Amino acid sequence: MIQSLIEFVRPHALPLIYALVIVAVLPLIVGYIVLVERKVMADMQARLGPMRVGPHGLLQPIADAVKLLLKEDIIPENADRLIFWLAPLLSVTAGLLALAVVPIGPMFQIADLNIGLLFILGISSMGIFGIVLGGWASNSHYSLLGALRSAAQLVSYETAAGMALVSGLLLAGTLSMHAIVEVQESQQVWFAFLSPIGFFVYLVASIAETNRAPFDLPEAESELVAGYMTEYSGFRWSLYFLAEYANMIVVGSIATILFWGGWLRPFPNVRALDFLDFMPALLMLLIGAYCFWRTPKQPVNIQRMFLAAVGLLCLVLAGALAGVLAGPAAFLKPAVHGAFWFLLKVFVYLYTFMWLRFTLPRYRFDQLMRLGWQFMIPVAIVNLMGVGIALALHRQAGWSLGAAVTLTTVLTLIVAAWLARAGERAERPIAGET
Amino acid sequence: MLDQALFYFFAGLAVVSAVLVVTRRNAVHSAIFLVTALLATAGIFLQLGAEFLFAVQIILYVGGIMVLFIFVIMLVNLDVALHQVQFNRQWLVAVLLALGLGAEIFGVYRLAQKSPRGADLLQLPAHALPQLPGKAGNTELIGHVLFRDYMLPFEIASILLLVAMIGAVVMAKRKV
Amino acid sequence: MIPTSHYVFLSLALFTIGVIGVVTRRNVIIILMSIELILNAVNINLVAFSRQVGSVHGQVFAIFIITDAAAEAAVGLGIIIAFFRNRATLLADEMDILKW
Repeated sequence: MIQSLIEFVRPHALPLIYALVIVAVLPLIVGYIVLVERKVMADMQARLGPMRVGPHGLLQPIADAVKLLLKEDIIPENADRLIFWLAPLLSVTAGLLALAVVPIGPMFQIADLNIGLLFILGISSMGIFGIVLGGWASNSHYSLLGALRSAAQLVSYETAAGMALVSGLLLAGTLSMHAIVEVQESQQVWFAFLSPIGFFVYLVASIAETNRAPFDLPEAESELVAGYMTEYSGFRWSLYFLAEYANMIVVGSIATILFWGGWLRPFPNVRALDFLDFMPALLMLLIGAYCFWRTPKQPVNIQRMFLAAVGLLCLVLAGALAGVLAGPAAFLKPAVHGAFWFLLKVFVYLYTFMWLRFTLPRYRFDQLMRLGWQFMIPVAIVNLMGVGIALALHRQAGWSLGAAVTLTTVLTLIVAAWLARAGERAERPIAGET
Repeated sequence: MLDQALFYFFAGLAVVSAVLVVTRRNAVHSAIFLVTALLATAGIFLQLGAEFLFAVQIILYVGGIMVLFIFVIMLVNLDVALHQVQFNRQWLVAVLLALGLGAEIFGVYRLAQKSPRGADLLQLPAHALPQLPGKAGNTELIGHVLFRDYMLPFEIASILLLVAMIGAVVMAKRKV
Repeated sequence: MIPTSHYVFLSLALFTIGVIGVVTRRNVIIILMSIELILNAVNINLVAFSRQVGSVHGQVFAIFIITDAAAEAAVGLGIIIAFFRNRATLLADEMDILKW
């Protein structure tokens, strides 16, 4: 009985372990991404950010988590209890489920579906339910308005994101996430260079998809209190928050895999640039050295010990990253270095999100919808046609891929410029006309 | 064995959700149970090897049509609707007729089972999953068939969607 | 392997429940949702037979049915919104302007 159970579970053991690791580690990672965001925000606003809890505020996420878990759970009076309970669950489930098909390195993937990209698109569209139902179940005007606005925004930009993804998909020829990166490796070019407009459209659409600034009207504090999250407090709110940042990680991962070469280091097949393999270890070494340099400057003894421990951790990671380059552990090199490059690219993508959040002012809702429907979707469609024409010219008329892609990119840019001019002229009518 | 367990799970979920859809008083609850029924249907598609249809069902039906339904339910939300009579006056006759329709379809199924060619058709599937030469999957196969044999219906479906979009926008505007 | 008759029974059950929903309920939005149930039952039938016969044409037909269902739901809901603005009712019994 036990034997047959073990035999039944054995082929699924490794994906199960990966899934457990992701589910266990993700809340902690999300907490630290929030800390990074607050530090980056502070840096761009010429101040320091959280500095009290732990050295340089490094233990702030732990303090926040403890506070949220201990907060009182308030349910509005006439709220629909079942849906009120269900809504954050839907958001979190959708966010975490999408991480099941994301390969963090060539070997760390829970499930390599044949239709991986389509699966993520579907799960993202299910995440809309968590928002709409949460807003409705709160039985409050602000929540409902925020939820409906947020859902309308998500649905509008989902179309543009889908078209941008399809343009990258045309270049890859397959929906499986693992195979998409392998195609980029064999063609020795990242798809962001073959379809830059597609990448740009996906960047903007993914910012709108995750309700981040400058598209965060539905949850902006000065506009609708907190939109659909207004009536949620404590643990339920932290579930929504976790879902939002998990969604950010998911869209960053999709953009990295489809447009930025996934786990490939820059120029993976060029032997002459092999010295780039030392970059991960050097980066970790530098961070560890910075931690050790700041250790004596901490005011409190325990903060000094904590920072020294963090520095030691960085040194250990640097050693691990360098160690796999040498002989005996060389079979681990693709997995470990692949994971490092992937996480680095996703982190750069998330840093871009944060950078845009603290730089650009918010879009008004009608401006947001106009941008989505009258600029993003047409540009995405024209880009899709352009990529298709470029591929047809390359494969059937014998043009080189670079020339074909350049031509169609220039044509798409012309159309996009015309659309932008037309949009601006529509916003400001000529004096004398109504 | 896993196959059977999955089928009975999804089938049971679909039937239970369907019953709940047609009996709930609150329209939002009905919508949520319809979402569950559609997800169970998507599971059945996946279990039948139609992976592209599974993804399309989730993206279009659950992520598109049901979001639209929930939007409209929230826009026309009537608190008084919760206290009105939910079933119309001729519900008994209607249910009997619907069950009669179901019995008719079941009768057609029995007829097919008795005929020699039909019995062959309802046996366990003898064919493997449809394949293209090479290592192409379900999506490539559907693409091949859709863009060669069904190109005209595809174009007509695009025009149908355009008409539906324009119609819905005109219908829902405040002043035409 | 699951015999195709099981899928036919499932499809029959969903179809009957959908028809009961259409002819019994007063709220037009729930009537529309029951119509979606009917279309899904037909889809299950199509895909089961596509697997049985070994060709993928059934699945392509099912894709077209999903597309049609989307168009129909959009237009139907638009009509409901327009009617609701004029008459403030969602009950099929009360939509009787054309009656004598």
